[in-house]
Amino acid sequence: MKEILSGNEAIARGAYEAGCLVACAYPGTPSTEILENTIKYKEIDSSWAPNEKVALEVAIGASFGGGRALCTMKHVGVNVAADPLFTLSYTGVRGGLVLVAADDPEMHSSQNEQDSRNYARFAKVPMLEPSDSRECKEFTRLGFELSEQYDSPVMLRSSTRISHGKSLVELGQRVTDLPLPKLEKNPSKLVMLPGNARVRHPLVEQNLINLSKAAASLPFNRLELRDTSIGIITAGICYQYVREVLPNASTLKLGMVYPLPHDLIREFAAKVDTLYVIEELDPFIEDQVKAMGIPVIGKEIISLCGELTPGRLRTAFGLPQTAAAPAEKMPGRPPNMCPGCPHRGVFYALKQLRAYVTGDIGCYTLGFMPPLSAMDTCVCMGASIGMATGVTKVVAAEEKKKVVAVIGDSTFLHTGINGLMDMVYNNSPATVIILDNSITAMTGRQDNPASGFTLMDNPTHAVNIPLLCKAVGVKHIRIVNPLDLEETKRVIAEEMEHPEPSVIITNKPCVLIKREDVFQKGPVYAVDEERCTGCRACLKIGCPAIEWRAAGDGSRRGKASIDPLLCTGCDVCRQLCKFDVIGSKP
Amino acid sequence: MSGQIKNILLVGVGGQGILLASEILSEAAMLAGFDVKKSEIHGMSQRGGSVVSHVRYGTEVFSPIVPEGEGDILFGFELMETCRSLPLLKPSGTVVANDLQISPPSVLMGQELYPEGLVERIKAQFTDFLLVDGQKIAADSGNVKAANTVLLGAVSKRLSIAEEFWMKALEKMVPAKALEVNKRAFRMGREF
Repeated sequence: MKEILSGNEAIARGAYEAGCLVACAYPGTPSTEILENTIKYKEIDSSWAPNEKVALEVAIGASFGGGRALCTMKHVGVNVAADPLFTLSYTGVRGGLVLVAADDPEMHSSQNEQDSRNYARFAKVPMLEPSDSRECKEFTRLGFELSEQYDSPVMLRSSTRISHGKSLVELGQRVTDLPLPKLEKNPSKLVMLPGNARVRHPLVEQNLINLSKAAASLPFNRLELRDTSIGIITAGICYQYVREVLPNASTLKLGMVYPLPHDLIREFAAKVDTLYVIEELDPFIEDQVKAMGIPVIGKEIISLCGELTPGRLRTAFGLPQTAAAPAEKMPGRPPNMCPGCPHRGVFYALKQLRAYVTGDIGCYTLGFMPPLSAMDTCVCMGASIGMATGVTKVVAAEEKKKVVAVIGDSTFLHTGINGLMDMVYNNSPATVIILDNSITAMTGRQDNPASGFTLMDNPTHAVNIPLLCKAVGVKHIRIVNPLDLEETKRVIAEEMEHPEPSVIITNKPCVLIKREDVFQKGPVYAVDEERCTGCRACLKIGCPAIEWRAAGDGSRRGKASIDPLLCTGCDVCRQLCKFDVIGSKP
Repeated sequence: MSGQIKNILLVGVGGQGILLASEILSEAAMLAGFDVKKSEIHGMSQRGGSVVSHVRYGTEVFSPIVPEGEGDILFGFELMETCRSLPLLKPSGTVVANDLQISPPSVLMGQELYPEGLVERIKAQFTDFLLVDGQKIAADSGNVKAANTVLLGAVSKRLSIAEEFWMKALEKMVPAKALEVNKRAFRMGREF
């Protein structure tokens, strides 16, 4: 049976067909939907971990216990999981282990566009790279077999266009003849002390040599001879663009991008007149081909930055572009916090208090956008708290008070908690605001250890964040309603004054949470347009439900209006109106 | 190669139901026996940003994104977003646009005006241009929320996919209780 599946759905399906027993991840675009699809298969125990490192460790445990395990993350998640990964290649596996790294060339939804293929080489782990959903399913399935056969974790690299692209997939059956997991001791393989690791390392190196030699006979790489004046080595989504733009060129399509099939590359290079490597981001294949002494054209014509498109490939080969309509200059449409979002009031207060805000990764990173414009730094998951401590170490006493870290509940539990321990341990005077909206919102409302539910939607213990902060040693812990602007501003101002660590926790849930008992829409608000003075105070929070209606006479005059379909009745705009013309509709 | 491939772009604002419309379109194309690929960027789309979904079908499709300037049909759910994506369309392409304006943040805040004369600008460049009042027809069909299906119906007439496959795709993708209204909305759009 054929179905149209996204790359992420197909990876989940591949894991199912491979007899995978455990799937573990921390959400991250564009990888999130893989685990949201493994939950469709009751045979797979799917769960969200607090971060990618824990997710991989859970998968490693499942593998050591003898079950096949899938672990998925976005590219930057691999940085967090790198510690176990680099030693996992030494221990190898028992049950097959596939680690999916979903890259985001062009940074559609990421803070950088690092190329995960470098991790395969760095960690000495084989890496597969599918070019459509069919291959996502097949390579995931075969990845588990390869993992067991070569006693190594296998990485599968996806990208936004692969994970979120859809194409046709033929569904298969789940394998049923796998050995049942049971405890089996093998300390010389699984306890990585120097003595054991020294024995394992040469095996890892030999394994990669063996795999490179076997690559020609494995079903991942494919030599396609057409016109031999141009030969292109390519992989993943780039293969599709090459076929689209240069349909007659010969291609060596790599499905396994590490280790490279050296014999196959030499054979291909000998058959074509001019050899190219077409790959997004780093010259990963190109550098290795050049190191083999084979002349090849690559990054001379393809950018190191951003994603490839058919048009960009056409330009690279000097092919004419199709004449198209000229680009129209239009106002931008950046993403925005939702109407009723509980983060809005906090950023409004921080702006008024002229705080120096170290930010973090989540919906609240949008606090950077005007009109709130109240975020000064954002680097990676959990970094806000450590950065706040660092800033206070160098600036003058008066400026130390201005430093405030903002971090969401999920990000706090991901890696922010370590920063808070440091803050208390080393007595930083900065203030931390934990924006607890009871969900991992930005990636599409995933549960986390503080939300009270598992990925499988089972009720579970919710981490008590205030108690956790208390246990860490924070003396000043305040809980505020972020929809009460005055209270929020007052509490933040008070805590900024303390010369020791304080934590403020906001207590309103994300408006997108679907559970009925969590977020409830209040009565819709409206502007009394007769009495509206057009002062624009309510526009300062940038709520998408509030629209400025210009008088239309060319002047700056006008009135505010509230869209009743978008308004959630959060009451924040009413508090901003000095003339008391905003209220709930009777 | 691309001559045999149908390239469709669905554009609008996050939350307008563009992804569902492109799912129905892809499903219908698959049922009609075509190879299909589809690509879009979500992630930020739920937060009211611009959304562009690419759907390509034909005998064998390689790139999941429509090559720049080769779009056959631009299916716009919102006027400003329709105009923004015009460069993706080939000069002889078709524009089917919903007659709807959704203000972006800068307009909501009174810093910029919503651009004027968009319909005329599209008309000046593309002769095959259909402007549909999706909201009104949907209301006539019995459900305001079926505006997307109305638009999909209007687009469907330009595509070589038989009505039965559209109906099957709707049956698969639309919840049972909303199915009849959506089928009606689709047919009204198709007759538009």
